Amino acid sequence: MKSLINFFEKIGYSVTSRIKRLGTATRLFFLILISSGESFKRFHLTMKEIYFTGVMSLVIIIVSAFFVGMVLGLQGYYTLEKYGSSEAIGVLVALALVRELGPVVTALLFAGRAGTAITAEIGLMKATEQLSAMEMMAVNPVGRIIAPRFWAGVIAMPILASIFSMVGILGGYVVAVIVIGVDEGAFWSQMQANVDFRYDIVNGVIKSLVFGVACTIIALFEGFDAPPTAEGVSRATTRTVVTSSLVVLGLDFILTSFMLGG
Amino acid sequence: MSDNLINIKNLTFGYGKELLHKGINMEFQRGKVSAIMGGSGSGKTTILKLIGGQIKPKSGSVVIDDQVVHDQNLSGIYKLRRKMGMLFQHGALFTDLSVYENVAFPMREHTDLPENIIKDLVLMKLNAVGLRGAYKLMPTELSGGMARRVALARAIALDPDIIMYDEPFAGLDPISMAVICDLIRTLNDALGATSIIVTHDVAETFSFADYIYFVADGVVAAEGSPKQLMASKLPFVKQFIHSEKDGPVPFHVAAPSYNLDLAL
Repeated sequence: MKSLINFFEKIGYSVTSRIKRLGTATRLFFLILISSGESFKRFHLTMKEIYFTGVMSLVIIIVSAFFVGMVLGLQGYYTLEKYGSSEAIGVLVALALVRELGPVVTALLFAGRAGTAITAEIGLMKATEQLSAMEMMAVNPVGRIIAPRFWAGVIAMPILASIFSMVGILGGYVVAVIVIGVDEGAFWSQMQANVDFRYDIVNGVIKSLVFGVACTIIALFEGFDAPPTAEGVSRATTRTVVTSSLVVLGLDFILTSFMLGG
Repeated sequence: MSDNLINIKNLTFGYGKELLHKGINMEFQRGKVSAIMGGSGSGKTTILKLIGGQIKPKSGSVVIDDQVVHDQNLSGIYKLRRKMGMLFQHGALFTDLSVYENVAFPMREHTDLPENIIKDLVLMKLNAVGLRGAYKLMPTELSGGMARRVALARAIALDPDIIMYDEPFAGLDPISMAVICDLIRTLNDALGATSIIVTHDVAETFSFADYIYFVADGVVAAEGSPKQLMASKLPFVKQFIHSEKDGPVPFHVAAPSYNLDLAL
């Protein structure tokens, strides 16, 4: 009987602590929105963070996108060839990238590269009392440190996702047209005819914006909430990647359902 | 105008049900250097946090210039903090900013001064701590003592009325310690500020502090000038000042019988 009570106690504790963390994260999200004036009034603070989260992520985004595009070109060609429609390879690559892989893979890479950096930086700032020092200088850390990083993530993500899609299409082009020899005109014209700006490109951008908000707020919250120890920061960094990845995949399904349904 | 800039009255504070402070009373006189001493975990740093409004007491009050700190809203607390400078235990310098930018930080955040004035002020503050020549360095390029001095220059950037020091001597070599001691006294007198130092370094503190509080078991166990405390017959003060390993503060943490633990 006692072990049964302990079992339910553990489940209860786990559930309530998760709800508590969700509440704290939501509170931080609203605090960021309230304190965002500084991020736009002193836009150089946000620009600096766009450089760190966006520009510094370019290498991993471009290299990954090129390989993803090449793999799509290769796999797509051998599947489409069976049905005698290998000219449709351009549209397959473009739709797969613009609708799904661009926003999703970019968000996963962003969480691994920029998200972890944000969490570790904020966590270490907390552990080394830099955030307390700022508070004691009558400077709100949420407005000065957290909000510029949030907006930088939100702005950088759709741009990175767009670059991912463009480079991915280029990778598909290299494999399909240059290596395999699919007709170049068919590759581009099919893409032009079948990729819709509103339903494909804009929806992809909306997805990456939502992923930008989710990944950045998770990274910031984990850093801000991390126990001020080496172990605490390390665990928070891991949680950033795991939570961001799961949230991105979950949100992707929900958004896709709405977008296809609409 | 009262002689005391800060009054702490019947202050109680604790985490959860445990009380760390059980009715602390302290008065910090204008223009004086006061020290709060006590063993590790006695709640010395917490007193600084209570003065700075970072945490709220369970009961009692902290009054600065006739304003109760914890009755203020956030903007009121920020207004009070602009009168304060704080030196953190390890400096807490912003690691992504250079020495120059660290000292300029409070000026940029709270004033609209033009860049040439900020430059002059930063160099003056760095000169006061002897580090004008290090203004281009990054915090990672500084020794512990230098980092502490830069943090001190940043703490006095806006000429505060109150300067708080959290363990300013921790981990420093004897030369750096002597430099920091000298700076605390000199800057306090030059700025006409009121300084509060949290420390457990007896020799250094007794050499320049005007008044000292000893905190133990959640209350002020003793207080007075360094001279008065040196002559104190109180067992706790004697044990602390003369670094005796056993006394009112026991060597052993409370534990069950030794024989019981070893199953003898």
